Amino acid sequence: MALSVLMLIRVRNLFAVIVLFGIYSFLMATVLVALDAVDVAMTEAAVGAGVSTVLLLGALHLCKSREAKPAHRPWLPLAVALSTGLVLVYGAMGLPDFADPLSPIHTHVAPRYLQNEVQVPNVVTAVLASFRAYDTLGETAVVFTAGAGIIALLRRRKKPPAAGCAEKGGQ
Amino acid sequence: MKNDLVLRVVGKLLIPFILLFALYVQFHGDFGPGGGFQAGTILAAAMVFYALIFGVDTARRVVPDWLVETMLAAGVLLFAGVGIAGLLLGGNYLDYFVLDADPVHGQHRGIFWVEAGVAITVSGVMLKIFYMFASREDADCSEVGDRTED
Repeated sequence: MALSVLMLIRVRNLFAVIVLFGIYSFLMATVLVALDAVDVAMTEAAVGAGVSTVLLLGALHLCKSREAKPAHRPWLPLAVALSTGLVLVYGAMGLPDFADPLSPIHTHVAPRYLQNEVQVPNVVTAVLASFRAYDTLGETAVVFTAGAGIIALLRRRKKPPAAGCAEKGGQ
Repeated sequence: MKNDLVLRVVGKLLIPFILLFALYVQFHGDFGPGGGFQAGTILAAAMVFYALIFGVDTARRVVPDWLVETMLAAGVLLFAGVGIAGLLLGGNYLDYFVLDADPVHGQHRGIFWVEAGVAITVSGVMLKIFYMFASREDADCSEVGDRTED
């Protein structure tokens, strides 16, 4: 996984970048399976490795396949990213141990979720669709907004140059 | 890729099973891993696969633009409608216990419709984005496609 990330940084050919990105997503999905988060792993494999790879390839089809030389020196963004990462690592050291049964996240609402008054065998679904339905409604609205934004951005441009690319007008 | 015999045959063989798997993921989400997001993505992926092999215009004939755009909004509306139904039946917003005489059954019913709404919106958005990118082959482009989140 680290290897694919390093390659992602080094490689300048965008096609290779997209393929590496897909590989990274699949590796990430296996990590999530190893962490017993099968639902998330499934999403990662389907969205990260599957659809977004295709969408990126579709975008690449419209663009040049070589990454342009960066116009600025990378030092300032690198410093910001590194310091943010260090702060996050520092903050993560204050978290309870991994899989500690007494950590707050396991003692607050999780026991009630696990009592499963909904009686859905998959607790993830119960939490997602029932206990946290507001969150999921928000997420769905976000996805909808993304789609609406894409429509707003890309469709408008199709009308003025209709003379240039006429054969793709069928709405 | 329209003329590639292997792709056409394999695609025709696989796509029904991909669709079936999407439905399985959707409706088995209560019992195993799965749910609306995953099923919607798999559904959209099957259509994207179809579009890649048989051409975007053929795919547009199967799932036309108006249907995709309706799906976009219909999913969110379905989700919100379940909440409204809960309100009308005397509960809180998105309270499923009131959806049926038996509270547990009401929960299952609520989860079912909510997941259906999620799946409809997600697959609609994924397909729409793909259509949008795919139909811009002629236009000049300098921007990079943004990645859709989870």
